[in-house]
Amino acid sequence: MKIVMSWLREAVPALPPAKAVADALIRAGFEVEAVEPVGHDLAGVVVGEVVSIEIVRTKKKDVRWVQVRVAEAATRGVICGAFNFAVGDRVAVALPGAVLPGGFTITARRTYGQLSEGMICSASELGIGDDHGGILVLPPDTPVGTDVAELLDLADDVLDIAVTPDRGYGLSVRGIAREAAAAFGLPFDDPAEAASVPVPAGRGDDRERAVPEQTASGQTASGQAGAGQTGAGQTGAGQDAAGYPVVVEDTAACSRYVARVVTGVRPDAVTPLRLARRLALSGMRPISVPVDVTNLIMLGLGQPLHAFDRAKLSGPIVVRRAREGERLVTLDGVKRELDPEDLVIADGSGPVALAGVMGGASTEISADTTEILIEAAHFDPVAVARTARRHQLGSEASRRFERGVDPALAPAAAHAALRLLTELAGATAEAGVTDIDHRPAPRLITFPLAETARLGGRPYPAEIVRRRLAEVGCAVADTITGAGTGDGVGDGTEAIADAVAPAGADGDSVGDGALLVVPPSWRPDLTRPADLVEEVIRLEGYDTIPVTLPRLPAGRGLTRGQRIRRAVGTALAHQGYVEVLTVPFVGDDTPDRLGLTSDDTRAAVVRIANPIAEDAANLRTTLLPGLFAAAIRNIGRGQADLALFETGLVFRATATAATPPTPAVDRRPDDAEIAALNAVLPEQPRLVAVVLTGRREPAGWWGPGQPATWQDAIDAAHTVAAATGVDLTVTADALTPWHPGRCARLSADGQVVGYAGELHPRVIAAYGLPARACAMELDLDTVIEIALARPPVTAPAVSTYPPADRDIALVVEAGVPVARVTEALRRGAGDLLEALTLFDVYEGSQIGEGKRSLAFGLRLRAVDRTLTAQEANAARDVAIAEATRLTGAVLRT
Amino acid sequence: MPPSTQSADPHRSDVPDPSAASAGGDPSSRRTGPEHAGPVRPSADRPEPGSAASNSAVPDRAASERTEPDRPDPRPGSQRPSSQRGDPASVDPGALGPDRLEQVRLQASAAIATAGDLDELAALRTLHLDGRGAPLALARRALGALPPPERAEAGRRHNAATAAIRAAYEARLAELTAERDARVLVEERVDVTLPGTRRPLGARHPLSALSDHLVDVFVAMGYEVAEGPEAEHDWFNFEALNLGPDHPARSSHDTLYVDPVGSGLLLRTHTSPVQIRTLLSRPLPVYVVCPGRTYRNDAVDATHSPVFGQLEGLAVDEGITMADLRGTLEVFAQALFGSGLATRLRPSYFPFTEPSAELDVACFACRGEPARQPCRVCSDEGWIEVGGCGMVDPNVLVACGVDPARYSGFAFGMGLERAAMIRHDVHEIRDFVDGDVRFGLSFGTGN
Ligand SMILES: [Zn+2]
Repeated sequence: MKIVMSWLREAVPALPPAKAVADALIRAGFEVEAVEPVGHDLAGVVVGEVVSIEIVRTKKKDVRWVQVRVAEAATRGVICGAFNFAVGDRVAVALPGAVLPGGFTITARRTYGQLSEGMICSASELGIGDDHGGILVLPPDTPVGTDVAELLDLADDVLDIAVTPDRGYGLSVRGIAREAAAAFGLPFDDPAEAASVPVPAGRGDDRERAVPEQTASGQTASGQAGAGQTGAGQTGAGQDAAGYPVVVEDTAACSRYVARVVTGVRPDAVTPLRLARRLALSGMRPISVPVDVTNLIMLGLGQPLHAFDRAKLSGPIVVRRAREGERLVTLDGVKRELDPEDLVIADGSGPVALAGVMGGASTEISADTTEILIEAAHFDPVAVARTARRHQLGSEASRRFERGVDPALAPAAAHAALRLLTELAGATAEAGVTDIDHRPAPRLITFPLAETARLGGRPYPAEIVRRRLAEVGCAVADTITGAGTGDGVGDGTEAIADAVAPAGADGDSVGDGALLVVPPSWRPDLTRPADLVEEVIRLEGYDTIPVTLPRLPAGRGLTRGQRIRRAVGTALAHQGYVEVLTVPFVGDDTPDRLGLTSDDTRAAVVRIANPIAEDAANLRTTLLPGLFAAAIRNIGRGQADLALFETGLVFRATATAATPPTPAVDRRPDDAEIAALNAVLPEQPRLVAVVLTGRREPAGWWGPGQPATWQDAIDAAHTVAAATGVDLTVTADALTPWHPGRCARLSADGQVVGYAGELHPRVIAAYGLPARACAMELDLDTVIEIALARPPVTAPAVSTYPPADRDIALVVEAGVPVARVTEALRRGAGDLLEALTLFDVYEGSQIGEGKRSLAFGLRLRAVDRTLTAQEANAARDVAIAEATRLTGAVLRT
Repeated sequence: MPPSTQSADPHRSDVPDPSAASAGGDPSSRRTGPEHAGPVRPSADRPEPGSAASNSAVPDRAASERTEPDRPDPRPGSQRPSSQRGDPASVDPGALGPDRLEQVRLQASAAIATAGDLDELAALRTLHLDGRGAPLALARRALGALPPPERAEAGRRHNAATAAIRAAYEARLAELTAERDARVLVEERVDVTLPGTRRPLGARHPLSALSDHLVDVFVAMGYEVAEGPEAEHDWFNFEALNLGPDHPARSSHDTLYVDPVGSGLLLRTHTSPVQIRTLLSRPLPVYVVCPGRTYRNDAVDATHSPVFGQLEGLAVDEGITMADLRGTLEVFAQALFGSGLATRLRPSYFPFTEPSAELDVACFACRGEPARQPCRVCSDEGWIEVGGCGMVDPNVLVACGVDPARYSGFAFGMGLERAAMIRHDVHEIRDFVDGDVRFGLSFGTGN
């Protein structure tokens, strides 16, 4: 919202400079994003009268040699290229030495054979609009020699304010002025009240008094509502025979509808420069008097208005939901299929406007329009928001309705529009007022005085609470029947009486420590004590809140699982892996590229309904594709030796239960309801994965380095397992996307927890990875679960006796996994075996085709004695025998 | 074997052969067949190429010292059986005469003093001092042949000569050892500036490290860490947080929904659903921080990411006030940007807090001082917007079954990327998801 400071000062004249106002607004919760000074850099431009004009013809174009009188007896000659002014016109002349916006200094210069002593300015050259059409022609009675900057009030400031969605009233000069006044303790004259002054040329003085006050009573509303509902087709007749007939079918969605008519609008009327500039500085383009007037009222008061060309309306206006199949061409020229939920303004021809969003082309005012129906209404925020969203059609009007427009404002806003049209376009306001009022009764909040201190953390005396609430426009009383409660809230008592009466004050007694508060009509966001607390605290200043710390009970720290997760990340980082956090969206082709079969849990994708990109519409079921993409990105940037890891959730669709009903929010859902919600969530295990490409040990002066291999991938799994305290068992497997001959299944505690190894060549090709790329992926949640279930470590008895080392070489069939041989050796050697090391693996002609020689070192030791050679040899021999029995191993001699 | 040569290869003498120390080695089963050279245990005591230890000509001082006690004890009275088994025919009692002994001493001392290296010195020692044929040894054998009255005197003379020669030997040994050491240490010099990291460290992601860091600050205050699913049900993400069905945040422009649309599932747009889950599952009072990943409908570019990290805090207890929130946020701001920075709360709006505020921290770069501006960190605002906060909205408490009349609470939240960008001067948010190792490695292992 752009707020023009000069406009703001009309409501609060004593405001300090713009920067101070901006700071105060920020402190009050209005985020001023910029303070833009405008027109401050304009100097030396005066009003001149055109005395004579002489055409100067050149080969390229014609210009004019103009004599302008800029003082009583001073005339200057100026060359000018524009032709839109005549002798006798008043124009803005920049004399030599003048400075135009942007620091552009004017000098006298010789051109077209003349000494041109200055420049006749256009509006854009003065920085007051983007009209490059020609020279700015001022009203004929403008005094010659006047400083133009002063005349047009050009020095101004514009505040750009980001208004939070709860404060719709902030989208108006009226609303910001109230806040600024409160911030500086200045008196505030509500522009909406000024707007209610009778139209000078109007004929219906008696009618004007019927315009409800800001805090209009519910009784009045319901009285009019009755007329509106029963008088279908002749609405308004009950109140005013001349009012335009309006029927409001959906009174919940349209709680207020005011229609006024003006006639005799002069099509040639022009919006005065001051107002046009005000619009331009507010970010809106001046268009025509009727359009500019509706925009000025909206910006000033916050009430969006719509101007219908009355001559194009046929029959009564009906506010209703659209019907199936109805269409509307909106002002932007787009033909729109209406939804039965859309709230529309219709006439005999069908819909003529999307209520609160945008008017229709068929009743749009044009250059010929002389009769205008001004609509000032209150539409339901949700209805407007839904329609705007459905048609992807946001407008200044919809923005305000969505955030809440003051429902009491409609008559005053319509009134103000009429007055402006009367003034600016010679129009005549018809006396008839249509005002269909179904506003609900004002809310009454019982506000415990202690509540502000309870949340604010410091005392807030009752008189401060009262004053601050009054400043935001609340009516405040101590009791329902209470007398005046002091300055500024005297009239609040009436409002409270009004509010209480329809609610039926059935013994709703207020204790000593409470206030009765009726929020103002423009604050639909104030419904509960907490909302009022915020108003008091923010106006007092958040900086007046003390600084304390809560006294916490002793915490339990990180859970073991959380600590283990950190340890895993740290361990991998210390092993050379770089952590990445990739975007978890993958394409439909991912299961294929990974070679997954449809029954694989990793093929059970969760799909995004509104993906950012169609080729990445699924959530990852494995971390690998993201790691592959990161690896390829790195390789593309010249980093080929990679060890990456990622820890994160993956998403796997489960057989979905039926969508459970959404629990209410006015109570805690019961456990069954919570369980039902959780039951439909996808599985989201936390995994850890690594990908390896290129060299594991870099090349350097020490040598060519070491390529990363399947062993490194398995080693990464062991690193993770070691950080968790879990032992992994490695078994050969052939799961995609791994190389079927180089894939290790990793188990712990009898559960499969992941896989590691070299990637399948087909997968490597599908992703464009370098040959021999390796990967590991573990279900970290499960590993941690296993870790948490482990009993405390039992310390080994550390023997102080010397060990007996025995080395053996066994020849086995090449297909026998080492793990089986070691298991057999361990079993055979028994408790005496302290350590078992495989120190050589040999395949070759000397041991025969299809065989493998495995050389092991057995370290044997007893806890309580030095082993004899016989004992050590016996243990070794049993180990060999067991290996022979279980794996067919033969002792190599 | 002379001690000096025995110690010439320290790797042979220092590290005992495993079989020698074992309880009865059994050579028959050691190693394997000769054709395949036999599997050789990789051992740490193999000489490293280029190291001085591979130069077998250079004895190790420690090793040679260790071998000193193995020398035959030359002191009289501790006669060894071998001397008694000596050949009496070669005994020459005259060898014990003062002149002869003096001559032996002079010769030996002169030779020792001019020994050129340790090997020569060792040979001279054998020749003059310890060897079976050394003049002193021969003279010693003559001792027994002397009549007892002369023995004592001759013994003293012999001892004196021995001690003198030994002293000469020790002196020369010290000289030569020092020379040798000086030479070897020079020879063993390496270029220590050679790059040596063959297994470089990896790195934690800066967002993980920052999250852990902030979590630690709160855990130290007594908070616990709560977590929840990223694919979340609408009720936890919106409904219970006082975001009604028509709240703009629910727009598909902002929120990523899980297919099919009516399923009620979405990717959480903030970590706040964890607050709801916490209030539903834990007994009061509740003090938790909730770090985690969240999602928005934004494509990746310099300033947007569909995925981003958040950290939220929640305190619900009796008597919690905005003053407690201010104090807690000061601790938080200091953890983030350093101590001594002012903070401010600006009134704001969030559906799930009332009153609500934005937290600003004074810019650590310019501290709002015009003299230090223009400031790239804060664009001369003087303040850095860190996150949103407020008192937990009563509607949220009610939806979680907490009595808002008895309990109050505060909540705050912040985006990790934004904080990390400011803290580490990161210019492109995509750096956090691209996974470029140059970016990642610069942050180290996170401590
Ligand atoms: Zn700064």
